[in-house]
Amino acid sequence: MATIEKHSPATPSGAHHYLNHGKGLWSWLTTLDHKRIGVMYLFTVLTFFLVGGLLAIAIRIELFTPGRTIMDADTYNRVFTLHGAIMVFLVIIPAIPASLGNFILPMMLGAKDVAFPRLNLASYYIYITGAVVALTSLLFGGVDTGWTFYTPYSATAGIGVVYVLCGAFIAGFSSILTGLNFIVTIHKLRAEGQHWDRLPLFCWALYATSIIQVLATPVLAITLILLVFERLTHIGIFDASLGGDPILFQHFFWFYSHPAVYIMILPAMGVISEVIPVFSRKPIFGYKAIAWSSFGIALLAFLVWGHHLFVSGQSELANFIFSLLTIFVAVPTGIKVFSWVATLYKGSIHFKVPMLYALGFLELFTIGGLTGVFLAIVSINVHLTDTYFVIAHFHYVMVGGALMAFTGGIHYWYPKITGRLYDEASGVWAFIFVIVGFNLTFFPQFIVGAQGMPRRYWNYLPEFTTLNQLSTLGSFLLLAGFVWTAFYLWRGLKHGPLAGDNPWNSLTLEWQTPSPPPHDNFAIDPIVTDWPYAYRAENEK
Amino acid sequence: MFISNVHASGFQSSAVETSATLPLQGTQIAAQWDQLYLFLVGLSAFFFVLVVGGMIYLAFRYRKSHSPRATYITHHHGLEALWTAIPTVLLVGIFIWGWSVYTKMIQAPGDAMEVRVVARKWNWQFQYSDGRVTLGELFVPVDKPVKLIMSSEDVIHSMFIPNFRLKQDVVPGMYTTIWFEPTITGKHQIFCTEYCGTGHSEMLAKVIVLTDEQWKTWWMGKKISATIPFAGIGGIAMPQVQASASGGAVKLSGLALEGKALFQTKTCTTCHSDDGSPKIGPSLKGVFGHKVELADGTSVQADENYLRESIENPTAKIVKGFQPIMPTFKGMMSETEMNAVISYIKSLK
Amino acid sequence: MANQPVTSAGHHHAHHFKSADHEFSAAKQGMWVFLVTEVLMIGGLFVAYAIFRGLYPDMFSAAHKFLNVKLGLTNTIILLTSSLTMLMGVSSAQRGDQKRSLKFLAVTFLCAIGFLVVKYIEYSHKFHDGLLPGANFTNTDPLLMHPKTPLFFSLYFMMTGIHAFHVIVGMGLIAWIMKRTAKGEFSPGYYTPVELVGFYWHFVDLVWIYLFPLLYLVG
Repeated sequence: MATIEKHSPATPSGAHHYLNHGKGLWSWLTTLDHKRIGVMYLFTVLTFFLVGGLLAIAIRIELFTPGRTIMDADTYNRVFTLHGAIMVFLVIIPAIPASLGNFILPMMLGAKDVAFPRLNLASYYIYITGAVVALTSLLFGGVDTGWTFYTPYSATAGIGVVYVLCGAFIAGFSSILTGLNFIVTIHKLRAEGQHWDRLPLFCWALYATSIIQVLATPVLAITLILLVFERLTHIGIFDASLGGDPILFQHFFWFYSHPAVYIMILPAMGVISEVIPVFSRKPIFGYKAIAWSSFGIALLAFLVWGHHLFVSGQSELANFIFSLLTIFVAVPTGIKVFSWVATLYKGSIHFKVPMLYALGFLELFTIGGLTGVFLAIVSINVHLTDTYFVIAHFHYVMVGGALMAFTGGIHYWYPKITGRLYDEASGVWAFIFVIVGFNLTFFPQFIVGAQGMPRRYWNYLPEFTTLNQLSTLGSFLLLAGFVWTAFYLWRGLKHGPLAGDNPWNSLTLEWQTPSPPPHDNFAIDPIVTDWPYAYRAENEK
Repeated sequence: MFISNVHASGFQSSAVETSATLPLQGTQIAAQWDQLYLFLVGLSAFFFVLVVGGMIYLAFRYRKSHSPRATYITHHHGLEALWTAIPTVLLVGIFIWGWSVYTKMIQAPGDAMEVRVVARKWNWQFQYSDGRVTLGELFVPVDKPVKLIMSSEDVIHSMFIPNFRLKQDVVPGMYTTIWFEPTITGKHQIFCTEYCGTGHSEMLAKVIVLTDEQWKTWWMGKKISATIPFAGIGGIAMPQVQASASGGAVKLSGLALEGKALFQTKTCTTCHSDDGSPKIGPSLKGVFGHKVELADGTSVQADENYLRESIENPTAKIVKGFQPIMPTFKGMMSETEMNAVISYIKSLK
Repeated sequence: MANQPVTSAGHHHAHHFKSADHEFSAAKQGMWVFLVTEVLMIGGLFVAYAIFRGLYPDMFSAAHKFLNVKLGLTNTIILLTSSLTMLMGVSSAQRGDQKRSLKFLAVTFLCAIGFLVVKYIEYSHKFHDGLLPGANFTNTDPLLMHPKTPLFFSLYFMMTGIHAFHVIVGMGLIAWIMKRTAKGEFSPGYYTPVELVGFYWHFVDLVWIYLFPLLYLVG
């Protein structure tokens, strides 16, 4: 390999590595190894994804017919709240950074671990604590506020809401500490010769993400504290009858939660930026533009929260500014998308499963991004906001974008993490189910939303039935795709063929060491002499 | 765009729909909104084909079997400048267009008729300048500007009229406004689009756009004889609401039949069924003439005065097992309407 | 870890760092990032304060008269003193004078207790007078007739309450480094925890420097 001069000698797989470095459950629960912590996050996140996914299926079944299908309105309201809260706070936000990021980032930097391993393990337990506290609300009748917790509704809702708020508050600290850890790791632990312009784009994306996590999450924290006190002691800061302002809550909430959207999507973009060059055998097109556009997005993330409040009664001037700033999000995003497509030009495309997910990401994310332009325009937003159009838009970005990249990333780094390969043919078929199922689930929602079907409706006008039924049908295909994926990935852990150290011939550092990696990642500290995308002819086998 | 003032009797929804994917165009501004929306759909389709079509073409054209060796290309400043500049210019153009539509949406003409709207869990109340109050039905004249001045009694709600492409949150502690000038007569659907709890999806209402003649009749306080058709969506009632108002097998006539219609328009059906199944409030089937157990342990015989009290002062006697959340309907129903509703409830045996 | 390098001062730095200095600079950077997070969190309250003060300036100037400036000033002096002693404690640790460091840290800890005692006196007065947040406000003084007055006390209690929570956390941290100092764990080659707790303590002090004029001297 040209990227590093020295790398660890090839050790046979099945030798000493991080998976057999310590034995027993206790060695996992107390580990300070970033790889094991990453794997623990991965399993936990996937468990919550299963729960959130089944709740989504319950929602789709209920919406198969107008009126009652399987549950009453109160149950439905609790189900969609739980679905949203679990998917946002416990699945998508930690999905890529905390699991794949934890595992891969230090290795991409040629480091032995993250800067603060103990803090890293603490983050995991803080996350678990947050999840447990949030789910405690189920013992108090659940929560029916929606994951956005708008006041004054949430200030009068059942006591369960306090547990969810505290849970989200605690999970937020996990996110902050992971971000802090990554920032310092990227600054201080890069390998010798790994200058900033040789940093892999996944690391750039995680760096931009971490900055958002560190700056935005504390604002959510204070907002949730104020809301807890509002609910418990009526401090009145968000209560109009006591002099407060319910819209202030929305400003505070979206000051975090809009950047949170980029916490979810930026790492996904990082994964795509790694996968596409590897399977095109070609450098990423426009490395600098992709790296800097992440920071463009991160900066804009903090300036556009007000587009969630276009019809809330905020001033026209505010609408003008937020709308104008929001449309510019499309510029750095467009730069990335065009660069990814351009990378394919004169490449040598290998249609492996990670690449399929990357191409699928491009299709879905393009739709998600383009419909974002609709919603950025105030006048268009007025009709579409709070309808199924918005639901479809953010599912295209969050599921079509973030989760497709997450799934692609799991496939890409599966051999690195496990040392084995999954069944390629199963992967292709499951991908077809996922992509067809996803589009069938969410595309009809754009149409039904534009026709006027509001979100968070348990009951709906019979005119909207056909499109809702298509959507429900799609959700079952999507479920089948994910169940199949879970099955063959699980099977591959034991029965998959040995992958070898670098089955994809990747040039980034994490592949220049055995798979699965040894406890200390690298036998000899690597020295970087070239950028990570030097897929030149002489580097090809 | 074809906009017409179709009179109640001759209304045809297909004549004015721009496309199957959008609601009826109930105002001039809706037509302008649709132009921009459809432009964006077209532009998005173009970029989708460019990006995804390009992606599929390139991926297959340069697949491994056809292109065993990749070419080493790292960047191209000209191309990157192009795909930064073109979207920027396009986006600013779209923004300006969008903003010009928005300014029309928010600037109400000075002579607009003002109607005050009060939102509460879970119905819409409309107050007119002469003090008249309607519930669940907003009566307005065709081709005249109307301004809604809205406030909420409890949590945040949102007034959404798809046919007018209008939406505005209704927030406790402040007034928010919207305005529209309807061009098509008939019943236009109103939704609540800010989540507000159990009855959120049934917090519906209608804008009833009347012809000049009908409006004069209504404003004089007289009855409109013609039935008013639906304009676009909303023609088929939601199932639960429909089942509630169907009234079982009992044949209704006269006052009770009128009461049945009121039972729906006054939004009673959001919380009360007439088939025995409890909703947010108790079902009203078989209530009249029977003993009702109350939350405080006592019971009461359900007669006309009990029903009247429960409508005008709902929290005075709470039925066992239900919450004291029903708003008062005092002053929102005329004496004849009250009689009609009570005789309908009486008929639910 | 078998392969942990040992520095001259006897401190083992973690295996993923090149040297103790490398580890120290990483730890300092981490602490700075954490303090940025803290600024953003407290910042939310300052924004709420700015909005409501902008809306109801008269109410703020009437309500602030019910705060005790003397006690507030006392606490300001206590905290400034504690910042000074913290600084001395850290520099003593840096020079390797463990005994002196321990003394200064102890004084800092006592200042923190003093601060909380004064805070307790203030709070109990407010409770007694019914000057409480939001719906719990029961004071009927004619100077507080403005209907939005409870809001001032909501902000007062939230801002000073969250600050006082930070003081309590700081006391825990000071106690922890005092214990480690007493055990002789620090040296000029390794005093990272002392330095970082010092950072944190100065930050807590700084927040109060803003809170005091904004709440007590707003008129």
